[in-house]
Amino acid sequence: MLRTTFSTVSRSLFAKPSAIIAVRSYHPKVIDHYEHPRNVGSLNKSDPFVGTGLVGAPACGDVMKLQIKVDEASGKIVDVKFKTFGCGSAIASSSYMTERVRGMTLEDAGAIKNTEVAKELCLPPVKLHCSMLAEDAIKSAINDYKRKRAAASASA
Amino acid sequence: MSFTRLLQPARSLRSMQPALLARSAVPRFVVSPAVSAFHTSAKRLQAQSAQTVITPSSESLGFSVSEVKDIQNTRPIYMDMQATSPTDPRVLDAMLPYMTELYGNPHSRTHSYGWETEKGVDQAREDIAKLIGADAKEIVFTSGATESNNLSIKGVARFYKGKKNHIITTQTEHKCVLDSCRVLTDEGFEVTYLPVGKNGLISMDDLKAAIRPDTALVSIMAVNNEIGVIQPLEEIGKLCRSKKIFFHTDAAQAIGKIPIDVTKMNIDLLSISGHKIYGPKGVGALYVRRRPRVRLVPLLTGGGQERGLRSGTVAAPLAVGLGEACRIAIEEMDYDHDRVKRLSERLINGIQSKVSHVYRNGDEIQSYPGCVNLSFAYVEGESLLMALKDIALSSGSACTSASLEPSYVLRALGAEDDMAHSSIRFGIGRFTTEEEIDFVVSRVVAHVDKLREMSPLWEMVQEGIDISKIEWAQHA
Repeated sequence: MLRTTFSTVSRSLFAKPSAIIAVRSYHPKVIDHYEHPRNVGSLNKSDPFVGTGLVGAPACGDVMKLQIKVDEASGKIVDVKFKTFGCGSAIASSSYMTERVRGMTLEDAGAIKNTEVAKELCLPPVKLHCSMLAEDAIKSAINDYKRKRAAASASA
Repeated sequence: MSFTRLLQPARSLRSMQPALLARSAVPRFVVSPAVSAFHTSAKRLQAQSAQTVITPSSESLGFSVSEVKDIQNTRPIYMDMQATSPTDPRVLDAMLPYMTELYGNPHSRTHSYGWETEKGVDQAREDIAKLIGADAKEIVFTSGATESNNLSIKGVARFYKGKKNHIITTQTEHKCVLDSCRVLTDEGFEVTYLPVGKNGLISMDDLKAAIRPDTALVSIMAVNNEIGVIQPLEEIGKLCRSKKIFFHTDAAQAIGKIPIDVTKMNIDLLSISGHKIYGPKGVGALYVRRRPRVRLVPLLTGGGQERGLRSGTVAAPLAVGLGEACRIAIEEMDYDHDRVKRLSERLINGIQSKVSHVYRNGDEIQSYPGCVNLSFAYVEGESLLMALKDIALSSGSACTSASLEPSYVLRALGAEDDMAHSSIRFGIGRFTTEEEIDFVVSRVVAHVDKLREMSPLWEMVQEGIDISKIEWAQHA
């Protein structure tokens, strides 16, 4: 990240000065996800095959809710929805995460790292916590699903 | 190419003034001739990008002329008047001669170049003094309100050091006041930071209780830059005078917007900024009372200009601009205030009638209407700012907009953290139009609704869940 900042700045010395401004504002990918968020909405919380992850805190300025619907036979995520209270980067991170995990197995989805999100959206260092929150959200949703299944099989 | 050519645009603007005034329905200051310079939003949004064709003539004299891109069509609506205000064209008119022909050093005593510039600077000094009910001799030109604040706080404290070692200020002051106080703490002074109530105002009882026999200075801002509340200056001044304590006020956001009288309010030091009152950037002033005399240790030493309080050549064109801005403010303050108040009510009512859970930060009555700080519950401020990209807004002070911390001013009000994260400041000024306000209202309403649809907190509230009762996992 630091290197890209440096190269952008040094390039801007020779090229058009607007590159300096570009470093400070949002990356086009963030803006795209923010303006056209994918998979906004809610799934039925009480559905036994839906896992819900709610992470962050209003006091920190970020709250993410990510829900996954899992097909039990294949163990794959068949539907995913999110709602986010937070800055543009937080909204973009969760929107990207929903796109990324659709159709994945739970193991694969749980293995997604925040660095992947940050790299894809070119998040600046000050916004890295948004990608961490997205990682926490999917993990929390998977855990919730597993907990639900475990409880269901125990009672059965 | 003579200077007269350079001056022509300014002259033509001035000559347009009577024509403009004659055409308009309201006889005087129809938002000033600036209407011609500042497009309204509707015009700006509808305007077709006009092609500028420049044909070189014999008068070009080898100077190349390039097309200036018509940025008016693409720029957002300006609603950040507390950060800075557009320069009034009349101010530029007054300044231009001093940037061209009248280039003498105002401190030169031996020739007419110096005298003519000094005359302009002295006129400016008089206009500034008149705006605050002071004497021209009591005005010191500085580089801005930050320098004025530094000079008054550090200057008074350092002069009376030893005898008096205590300073009182508030938690909601501008960063330059707080940081000056922090520097003084390192030098051995004690500083009391008064808390403010939920409405942003200090309590006089707190102030009375904080005063000690060794208190040298009380520094309390007139109008807050983030929430617009007006502190009870007259009461504070009366109390300080009775205790023989100097009273400094940072009036950068107050001058020319609300009536200020240094005699009536017993103000001993008062900071003024040029660019907050439609004047130029890079200039400010400090009022320093002569009777009873306030003594200061200067920050800058050298040629002893400005009564020895601020050495360095006065930036004559900027000082003249500040003077002109003050002169206009004297004439138009009442008109501007009524207009800004009307627009402010239009904005607040427009938003609150269409969106629920919108709260205004700061006192409703004791505040300047041109600074409207609203909290949109369950919507994060930064994402709303990002959505309102066709409006230039801020979530608080321009100095802190780079950091992610919620505003310390809102925190001092005791606002919940999530409400501090949800605030946006709307700045309304002399050149804001009704169309702009209506446009802003429509955009804000649309985007708040959209973001709330996306907000898990809003969903919970709709389901009847009390968010404050949830135990949130603190991240990072």
